[in-house]
Amino acid sequence: METRKAVIRIEGLCKSFGDNVVLDHFDLTLYEGENLVVLGKSGSGKSVLIKCIIGLLHPDAGRIEVFGENVPDLNYTELDQMRARVGFLFQSNALYDSMTVRENLEFPLRRHWMKTPQKEVDERVHEVLKNVGLAHTTEMMPAELSGGMRKRIALARTLILHPSIILYDEPTTGLDPITGMEIIELIQQVQQEYHTASLVISHDLKLAQIAAERVIMLIDGKCYAQGTFNELRASTDPKVKAFFD
Amino acid sequence: MNYPAKSRVFLHEIGELTRFVLRFFREAFRPRYEFSELVHQCFVIGYKSLSLVALTAFIMGLVLTMQLRPSMVRYGVEAQIPAMVCIAIIREIGPVITALIFAGKIGSSIGAELGSMRVTEQIDAMEVSGTNPFKYLVVTRTMAATLMLPVLVILADAISLFGSWIGVNIYEVLSFRLFYTQVIDNLAYYDAIPAIIKTFFFGFAVGIVGCFKGYFSTKGTEGVGRSANSAVVMSSVLIFILDLLAVQVAELIWDF
Repeated sequence: METRKAVIRIEGLCKSFGDNVVLDHFDLTLYEGENLVVLGKSGSGKSVLIKCIIGLLHPDAGRIEVFGENVPDLNYTELDQMRARVGFLFQSNALYDSMTVRENLEFPLRRHWMKTPQKEVDERVHEVLKNVGLAHTTEMMPAELSGGMRKRIALARTLILHPSIILYDEPTTGLDPITGMEIIELIQQVQQEYHTASLVISHDLKLAQIAAERVIMLIDGKCYAQGTFNELRASTDPKVKAFFD
Repeated sequence: MNYPAKSRVFLHEIGELTRFVLRFFREAFRPRYEFSELVHQCFVIGYKSLSLVALTAFIMGLVLTMQLRPSMVRYGVEAQIPAMVCIAIIREIGPVITALIFAGKIGSSIGAELGSMRVTEQIDAMEVSGTNPFKYLVVTRTMAATLMLPVLVILADAISLFGSWIGVNIYEVLSFRLFYTQVIDNLAYYDAIPAIIKTFFFGFAVGIVGCFKGYFSTKGTEGVGRSANSAVVMSSVLIFILDLLAVQVAELIWDF
């Protein structure tokens, strides 16, 4: 029996694009401080799932409760306030390419509905850059950074609002194994330091093995199986087994 | 050709554009205001278009004068060239040609910039960080285009008339002072004011269409190119439609 409080609770989530059913009555619960990995093949609807959670896509049916509030029912202002507490790391990093690293990091603080004093902005920029190990890059442009550095800066930008939940969209995709491993370690380090709950969307088994407390298999748009990594790896279900083989 | 489907797509786009415009007015007058970004966009949109607008305006005045001259000489009214050129430039050619050049330079650049931000998920990143990308990107760019085009048109008119004076002086000697006296004597408020007012609408059309096309860009880099291209085409057509309406409204008000 789980004693921690649920920060995200999804029930019966359905999402289709035309005739293509992507999510079909999908259920998920993420608890405070938990590291949950959703594993699935490419095109299985993993990115659609987290875009629904953050309100970038509107579900066809079902409830998506974040901090107890149903996301599809929130108005613009409420959605903005919820998003300030939920970080999102894009697969493509989505750094603002016309801004320096510092401006990228300052952007959410400066434009946000909460006014942040300059001294605090500077402190937070310094803190998050130090935590991702890139304190020397403040005046660099995104184009001058390597893939791994860009991922770290994107994570730093996510951390700057001190979110309670971080959603990671394929954090290790497109990175070499060594850089991928560094990012996995960084995800764990961030979770320990900021006590965030993490929902990681991936098809990377190594990431799931190292970082996940619990793993959910997204197959045929449903929560097909869940458990620890080792439990799922030992599963005899052909669909689960096929993924691990 | 599938006309019903094409009509449906066209009407859908008109509906979406209307909703986009309504959202612009809703967001523009609600805090928080992005003054520093607005000033930055005014610099990018206004100042950086100045050289292109100035060059084309100068050539426009010069060529118009050179083309008009043979006909005017044939009728023995070459003394009326300054008056005729100034009316043509101030009332119609200056605003419309400058707006079309503006659409080509600014409309396409806004469409491509926002389009590439959309396909690289930068707009989504702004949204998920709890900021309002519509206010930051669309409102500032559209307002800057609306405010800067009239300024550019006034400058273009002045430069164009200077080009016209050079054109006159290729064939005869006419002092700058006398040329401008003839220009001012033949200008009425009715010539200048409606022409300036309509450029606010032209600027708004260029800004909002560029933002609309870029903001809803899809299908990767190909989509970005298409957004930039269709922003120019759509805003150019809108400039002509608005010009037609402006002439009708101005005449109606003048007659009334």
